[in-house]
Amino acid sequence: MGVARYWREIPHRYNLIGKKCGVCGKVYFPPRSICPDCRRKSAGKMEDYKLKGSGTVESFSIIHVPPPEFEGKSPYAVALIKMDEGCYLTGQIVDCDLKDIHIGMRVEACFRRIQEDGKRGAIYYGYKFRKAE
Amino acid sequence: MADIVGYGAYVPRYRIKVDEIARIWGRDGKSVSSGLYVFEKSVPAMDEDTATISVESARKAVKQSKINPADIGAIYVGSESHPYAVKPTATIVAEAIEATPVLTAADYEFACKAGTAGMQNCIALVESKMIKYGMAIGTDVAQAAPGDALEYTAAAGGSAFIIGRDGIAEINETVSFTTDTPDFWRREGEPYPGHGERFTGEPAYFKHITNAAKMLMEKIGTKPSDYDFAVFHQPNGKFPLRVAKKLGFERKQIEDGLLCPIIGNTYSGSSLLGLSAVLDVAKPGHRIIVVSYGSGAGSDAFDITVKDKIEEVERIGVKKMIESKEYVDYGTYMKFRGEFK
Repeated sequence: MGVARYWREIPHRYNLIGKKCGVCGKVYFPPRSICPDCRRKSAGKMEDYKLKGSGTVESFSIIHVPPPEFEGKSPYAVALIKMDEGCYLTGQIVDCDLKDIHIGMRVEACFRRIQEDGKRGAIYYGYKFRKAE
Repeated sequence: MADIVGYGAYVPRYRIKVDEIARIWGRDGKSVSSGLYVFEKSVPAMDEDTATISVESARKAVKQSKINPADIGAIYVGSESHPYAVKPTATIVAEAIEATPVLTAADYEFACKAGTAGMQNCIALVESKMIKYGMAIGTDVAQAAPGDALEYTAAAGGSAFIIGRDGIAEINETVSFTTDTPDFWRREGEPYPGHGERFTGEPAYFKHITNAAKMLMEKIGTKPSDYDFAVFHQPNGKFPLRVAKKLGFERKQIEDGLLCPIIGNTYSGSSLLGLSAVLDVAKPGHRIIVVSYGSGAGSDAFDITVKDKIEEVERIGVKKMIESKEYVDYGTYMKFRGEFK
């Protein structure tokens, strides 16, 4: 990931800022400029919307052979999470025994280091999920 | 003076026992534990650092205080383990709590007392009416060379304080005692700190804390028995107990804020986490003395009175958070610390 892209995505990576359609009320994450249901009616009516950060695990996978930027960090869990607002997003599940992760588990967003551009590059932060209390 | 408007704290979930570290280096864990009065320490996960811990603490402080984060006019993050040598942690925190862009922000470093130094600056800025609210954070993911004496205590954690008006506790007075004392250091580019071993005691920790505490009490005319709680920097469990006794405080006054035996030394987070734990149980009218210590060396002392408003906020529950833990073995600890190159 380049620093410019990371910088552009800071609002949604740090604070889960998505978009809400001003016509039908559907919430999108990551942000979209047009609602695919309302199409041109939603133009100019997509509003910033901050997700509460809580959701439910819909599916998950344990990664044992990671891509190069996550080398040395395996095993770790990546889950598809249905947020309480209805949208879906993927994220790592942390601070949890991998054996305890299950479909239907309630999770909440937390702020973690996602990856870094080697030892000399920028560090990228963003959301991950942990078991909700 | 200014008030504490809200506080937040964060301690990573993972722990390693002193016994486990001692096992690797062929030492008797029980004797190390009793010597230091530390039984286990917090361990940051692989994806936790000073920025992530600061953000978690800061978010809790904002949530507790119910203030608009855009009204925060200054953020100072004190740490000796900032993730970047050049690029502030404070801007990451500011963005993550939605306090940007109208604020001043900076990272502080003064060994273990950079967080309280930030708190003094926030008090000054609030007192001078330059800002409405300021946030001071003390956080560390402390470094220790494998096998060094520091490895038994170097831990991770942090605490954030929002300073302003109409808060939960009033800061009545603050003073500092500072000298050039090379008791502990980390050279530029070096991964681990060095220290003067026994020199870190009498001429460093004890001299600075006792002088700062005495100066504070003399200035405002108080004595140890006037305080319900006392928090002293906690490089291990024994030093704060000994300095408390030396100053005339009783053990019951420091017990609520003494976290080092169960989480280790969180460096810049140490005295502020202790204060957070005290604010969790304090009642209106209670009086607190806090004295930080940073190697190099200096101490900041604070006299605080808890206000009625504390009953209206949801306490952070520092000790409950600490109880939620998972133990790791030494190999996992080394993996988490990124020691396998």
